[in-house]
Amino acid sequence: MAVLPIKFTKTKRDKLAQVLWVLNWISVVTGIILFSLGIFLKVEINKRQDLMAESQLQSVPNMLIAVGLIACVINFLGGKICYDCVDTNKFLRWKLVMLPYIICTFFFTLSVLVGALMCYSMHGQLEEALTLGLRDAMRYYKDTDTPGRCFLKRTVDQLQIQFQCCGNEGYRDWFQIQWVSNRYLDMSQREVVDRLRSNVEGKYLMDGVPFSCCNVNSPRPCIQYQITNNSAHFNYDFHTEELNLWMKGCRQALRDYYTNIMHSVGLTVLIIWLFELSVLTGVRYLQTSLENVLRQGDPECESDGWLLENSFVETARSNFNIIKHLGKFNQINISSNGDPNIDKPPTAHYGPDNVPPKPLPMAS
Amino acid sequence: MAVLKVTFTKTNRDKLAQVLWVLNWVSVVTGVTLFSLGLFLKVEIVKRRELMSKEIVSVPNMLICVGLTACAINFLGGKICYDCVDTTKFLRWKLLMLPYIICTFFFTFCILVGALMCYSMRNDLEESLFLGLRDAMRYYKDTDMPGRCYIKRTMDMLQMQFQCCGNGGYRDWFHIQWISNRYLDMTDSEVVERLRSNVEGKYLIDGVPFSCCGLHSLRPCIQHQITNNSAHYNYDYRKEELNLNRRGCRQALLEHYTQIMQSIGLIVLIIWLFEVSVLTGVRYLQTAMENVLRLGDPDSESDGWLLENSIADTARYNFNIIKNLGKCYQVDDDPNIDVPSSSLQAQENVPVKQIPVAR
Repeated sequence: MAVLPIKFTKTKRDKLAQVLWVLNWISVVTGIILFSLGIFLKVEINKRQDLMAESQLQSVPNMLIAVGLIACVINFLGGKICYDCVDTNKFLRWKLVMLPYIICTFFFTLSVLVGALMCYSMHGQLEEALTLGLRDAMRYYKDTDTPGRCFLKRTVDQLQIQFQCCGNEGYRDWFQIQWVSNRYLDMSQREVVDRLRSNVEGKYLMDGVPFSCCNVNSPRPCIQYQITNNSAHFNYDFHTEELNLWMKGCRQALRDYYTNIMHSVGLTVLIIWLFELSVLTGVRYLQTSLENVLRQGDPECESDGWLLENSFVETARSNFNIIKHLGKFNQINISSNGDPNIDKPPTAHYGPDNVPPKPLPMAS
Repeated sequence: MAVLKVTFTKTNRDKLAQVLWVLNWVSVVTGVTLFSLGLFLKVEIVKRRELMSKEIVSVPNMLICVGLTACAINFLGGKICYDCVDTTKFLRWKLLMLPYIICTFFFTFCILVGALMCYSMRNDLEESLFLGLRDAMRYYKDTDMPGRCYIKRTMDMLQMQFQCCGNGGYRDWFHIQWISNRYLDMTDSEVVERLRSNVEGKYLIDGVPFSCCGLHSLRPCIQHQITNNSAHYNYDYRKEELNLNRRGCRQALLEHYTQIMQSIGLIVLIIWLFEVSVLTGVRYLQTAMENVLRLGDPDSESDGWLLENSIADTARYNFNIIKNLGKCYQVDDDPNIDVPSSSLQAQENVPVKQIPVAR
């Protein structure tokens, strides 16, 4: 009861081998595509490393890179095998390799699928990494004189300009952070001292935002200081003013950006997985049909190809038994003292009528 | 005295024809490249049309036309060279080949002109940018006027993207009112004073828009009261270099476009050299095939050359043709005037006796 058997004539087998040869080469190209998608993702994540806290995000691009390289190698080998399968003599070379090759490729396609699913499941990690990363970046915005943090101001400004966002969740996040360094605060001024004293932690907080939060679509010059104070500006109501600053938060902006990239990459990887699976199926049919040809002896005759020789259940059972016996191979039976002949039923053959001989009378 | 004569055996001719067929197809691809370079340049110029007083259309249009013509010419050339392997098929193209070669020769001139135009666009561009940016800055505040409402956004995005400020520098903003009167409190005495102190009644300040702020600055951006050191703590505007973008936008845009055009010009020059070499090959093939037909034996050796006679002779010969073409259109009223008499009596040179008149 083979699973999905198909009859193959000689010409069909040859055509299948040729088609699979071409498809394997296309799969090498898709392997390169996977590899470059992984590199692209890695570069994109590294570009904004400053804004993301430590996380397992690097695992996804690394997985894609590894899978891409392995795909190239596996499909290159597959192409060679299929090229040789047209000729029954050359197939004999590969006969013993093909089944292990197919099993390896089967597990490999599973890892391609895992890679695709990882792309879709990265949401949670991404959100957390961005929240923590952005919060720290904003906190260290003013520390342009501290080594290791001196570029954070520039990174945050570039981010807010490029993604048209402000703050972590909105512009109000800047009100809770001291983003003006003490180096540029005139401590002799009463205003400044008052403000510092009125804050519990001694931070200089104000209702102002950096210039990079300014919206380019605003019809009026940007109001970045005293944002909540309507009387400080002519003809201004901060409740109704929507075009003055960017309204979106940078966490959401970055999350949307990376989610888009991941979804596109994930979709591409899924399509590649389907393609690899179909190539694997074709190679399996080719292998089984060629083996049947060899079994029948005549290279020109028809033969059957199948996915599994017996049904799923039986194949699973037989494989399970094989694995069990592999395990038993190493066990030592202690109870019988290592005697291989204990408990074995007698197998002596007593002649044509199989009658055990009469016991000889014992001398008394 | 042929110019650069080369002897071709039959196999040489066939190989030349095949190589030229491949090269012609490669030239079709280079024609497509030229076309897309022209399109790219056009898009880049149209993107910043608002900042230029006069849109420069000649260079990209030239490249686009030349690219399309290259595709067509080389496609035809490919077909001709493909047929040249067979002497019978060559007869089809025999009469067409010389005009084709002359056309292609003038066409390669156009490519060279296109390449040189890329390098000479700079001056026009500089003037156009100067006037365009000056007007854009003037209309920066007019966000309520139709037709000018997007200039503020264009200018801000330009200054942020190219990290530049103003036309020649940030001081240009000091001479322009970039804050609209809609947002000026006319009841404030300061404002009224400032307006009155200006001859044209403009509200000028030593401040710049936020888009001039430098990204590399270590301190929060100072965009108002720039020249007033006492208005800010620990600030000296003469020493402060990172606070605002130092470069003028005219300079920045000019460099941007000059880079693009130099790259395009270089590529077009390389394509020109390639086309000239293909043309030379086609000329040799044409002359070799014609000589084969003249000799009559399709398998024999034949000579190929660039010009049959020396350059001076060919020039004189063509000049005479053109002169005679010109003479062809002159009309003489009486075609027989000044034509010496050609009757038999003239040969004997005996005058005719006069017939006596009756009285």
